[in-house]
Amino acid sequence: MIALEQLKTGESATIQTVKNQAPDMAQLLEMGLTPGTRVRLVKFAPLGDPMEVEVRGYHLSIRCSEAKSILVKKDLSPQVA
Amino acid sequence: MPETAECHHDLHTASQQVIDVALVGNPNAGKTTVFNALTGLRQKVSNYPGVTVEKITGFLEKKHGAKIRIHDLPGLYSLVPKSLDDKIASDVISGRSNQVDNLRLVVIVVDASNLNRNLYLVTQVVELGLPVLIALNMMDAARAKGLQIDIEALAQKLNISVVPVIANRGQGIDELKESIRHLVKQSEEFFPPAGITLDVTLSEVIHPVATWIKRHSKLSEEACQFEAARVVSNDGAIENWRAVATGHAKQDYTSFLAKVRDARQRIEANGSQWGMLETELRYQWVDEICKEAVKQGTPRQGLSEKLDGILTHKVAGPILFLLIFAFIFQSIFTWAQIPMDAIDGFVSWVGGHVGTALPDWILPDLKDLLVNGVIGGVGAILVFLPQILFLFFFLSLLEDTGYMARVAFIMDRFMRGTGLTGRSVIPLLSSFACAIPGIMATRTISNARNRLVTIMIAPLMSCSARLPVYALMIGAFIPQKSVLAIFSLPGLTLLGMYLLGILGAIGAATAFKWFMNKNTRPPTFVMELPPYRLPSLKWTFLQVTERAKIFVTDAGKIILAISIVLWFLAYYPRPSAGTLPSQAIKNSYAGQLGHAIEPLIKPLGFDWKMGVALITSFAAREVLVSTMATIYNVEGANETSQSLRDKLRSERDPETGRAVYTPLVSLSLMVFFVFACQCMSTVAVVRRETNSWRWPLIMIVYMTTLAYVASLLTYQGGKLLGLG
Repeated sequence: MIALEQLKTGESATIQTVKNQAPDMAQLLEMGLTPGTRVRLVKFAPLGDPMEVEVRGYHLSIRCSEAKSILVKKDLSPQVA
Repeated sequence: MPETAECHHDLHTASQQVIDVALVGNPNAGKTTVFNALTGLRQKVSNYPGVTVEKITGFLEKKHGAKIRIHDLPGLYSLVPKSLDDKIASDVISGRSNQVDNLRLVVIVVDASNLNRNLYLVTQVVELGLPVLIALNMMDAARAKGLQIDIEALAQKLNISVVPVIANRGQGIDELKESIRHLVKQSEEFFPPAGITLDVTLSEVIHPVATWIKRHSKLSEEACQFEAARVVSNDGAIENWRAVATGHAKQDYTSFLAKVRDARQRIEANGSQWGMLETELRYQWVDEICKEAVKQGTPRQGLSEKLDGILTHKVAGPILFLLIFAFIFQSIFTWAQIPMDAIDGFVSWVGGHVGTALPDWILPDLKDLLVNGVIGGVGAILVFLPQILFLFFFLSLLEDTGYMARVAFIMDRFMRGTGLTGRSVIPLLSSFACAIPGIMATRTISNARNRLVTIMIAPLMSCSARLPVYALMIGAFIPQKSVLAIFSLPGLTLLGMYLLGILGAIGAATAFKWFMNKNTRPPTFVMELPPYRLPSLKWTFLQVTERAKIFVTDAGKIILAISIVLWFLAYYPRPSAGTLPSQAIKNSYAGQLGHAIEPLIKPLGFDWKMGVALITSFAAREVLVSTMATIYNVEGANETSQSLRDKLRSERDPETGRAVYTPLVSLSLMVFFVFACQCMSTVAVVRRETNSWRWPLIMIVYMTTLAYVASLLTYQGGKLLGLG
């Protein structure tokens, strides 16, 4: 398991858990980042932070500090767009 | 009292049988487009009492029977409120708001192309027990994404009517209106929609909590279960129940906390996380519905992601952002200047004609009040309209296309140090042209605290009205020397003033962040990046005119009142006939005030004449130039007039015979203008946008203090260094 922010651009992964007590945990979950959901890291912003992920068919921007508390398991084969 | 008036109004309309319908939905789901399509662009914008949230209502075209009033509630992702906007929307549909008293139906606008996440809110709203109708919007976008939605299956799974619409093209709107009329009539026969069923183990685990809630509330058995699940997964939700536990029930509340702790422990023992309980349950249900009602076909090539490949590209993104903004900036600065000059000219033409056309028997005082106080005041309001119209035209285009979210995405890291997010970038940049539209543009900042901080620091960006002041002072006192071969001293001074304002804004943002930290949530930056969409020009124009109207009616009143007060100060007491204008202003109340504050401003290097100009230029910063011209008897001067510059340079202190204006004094005056809140229109618009006098007053005090201290440091520091 790695943190979501450790993914590379274009990589997909499945969310395993969101750390309890993460400051924005409720909001991250409400936006659909629940365990078992697949995410794809679309890109990092030009200054390296925040990051853009695709989740549940839409695009979401979250700060890397927030992505630290989302633990994921990388998909074995890279997703073909 | 506006609130009483509102009550009477409601009583009155209730007797005419007005039925309220609430329109809710996620941000970016096209809720406002649906609202406009339903109400035919006839909307009424006001404020919810005591808060900054705008209350937008409109009537469904009346066919027969009762009038149906539609409330366009702020967009929200969940009923667990995170901001004031969320709370208002959540209060209205949960029946906790006295602003909507005959709520019979909730219409949820759902983005079909983003069905999964949009259904999350639906799962919460259906549990409230009100009749619910889904307007499934953006069916075309869903098709383009290759999504095939089985509407019948969706409606059946949820046990709610679902009306497919494409609101921006008006498709399905008639059917939606029909469904609304039908459902508000039939509320008695309403069948409750399907809800989540909790599995046996879970309902057993949370049962003690649910029983406690049942004992302390009037909620139904089912609703208690959901509330229990929410309480177990969310500390914030526990707090809501502290209030019901008073007196001897306090002990009871302790037992409630113990029950919650116990449930959480049992969930953890099962290998699950209690913090995710509610959201996981809801998304499980959502996924189940989507599995049956949605088929994923092959999507057409995503245009949005292609566009993002350029617009948020590492290199091209920031460059394009700067280009786009430079264009907007340029348009406000130069194009808006043409109608602004025209308005200026027109107002003085009208003033002149009214002055001569008025019959002689009218008191000259009244004449002057009308010409200089009232017509001049109206001119001061109208002159902002071109900038507001231009800026809002571009900003609403950028917002509606989805580009604004990308600006926030690109610039967020840049704003991090101030405690703000990328959302504050556009309002702050706009404030370099003028703080009025800049402050009005903070509406796109959803976090209430960030919005307030942005409003408070926006006037520190050097706006275009400071340029005449800078130009006069630099032109007269900063020598044309070149620095490092390519820069000139005047140019560097001007740049320095802009940078000083930015530094001040960063400092002020940090200070406000610190002061407000105590009881507000820290800002988060979880933001949707909606797909790019074509904007609707009709809607853009509506928005622009609405903003302009609000500025003229709400802020305009205050601007007019202040300008009449300032007129009074400069006009009275009347001098005897034949007195020079320069003498008249010296003897006026404004002149006397200037004298009175001289001891206070002497340490800044200012004399009483500058004091007079500081008082009159509270109307607007550039008034400093015309006041100076009046005091020094220079007719028709502007900031580039050689005669006014010469007058200033040759001005001598009558006692010491030394020059009143030195480069150091001019620097001190410019620094004062960088920070001081010398603009009644800014005050008026902050009053309007924050819906209270508290923040504009804090703004005047903090900016004037900052200006005084900075100016003092400049002048006294400069003297210590042997300058001036």
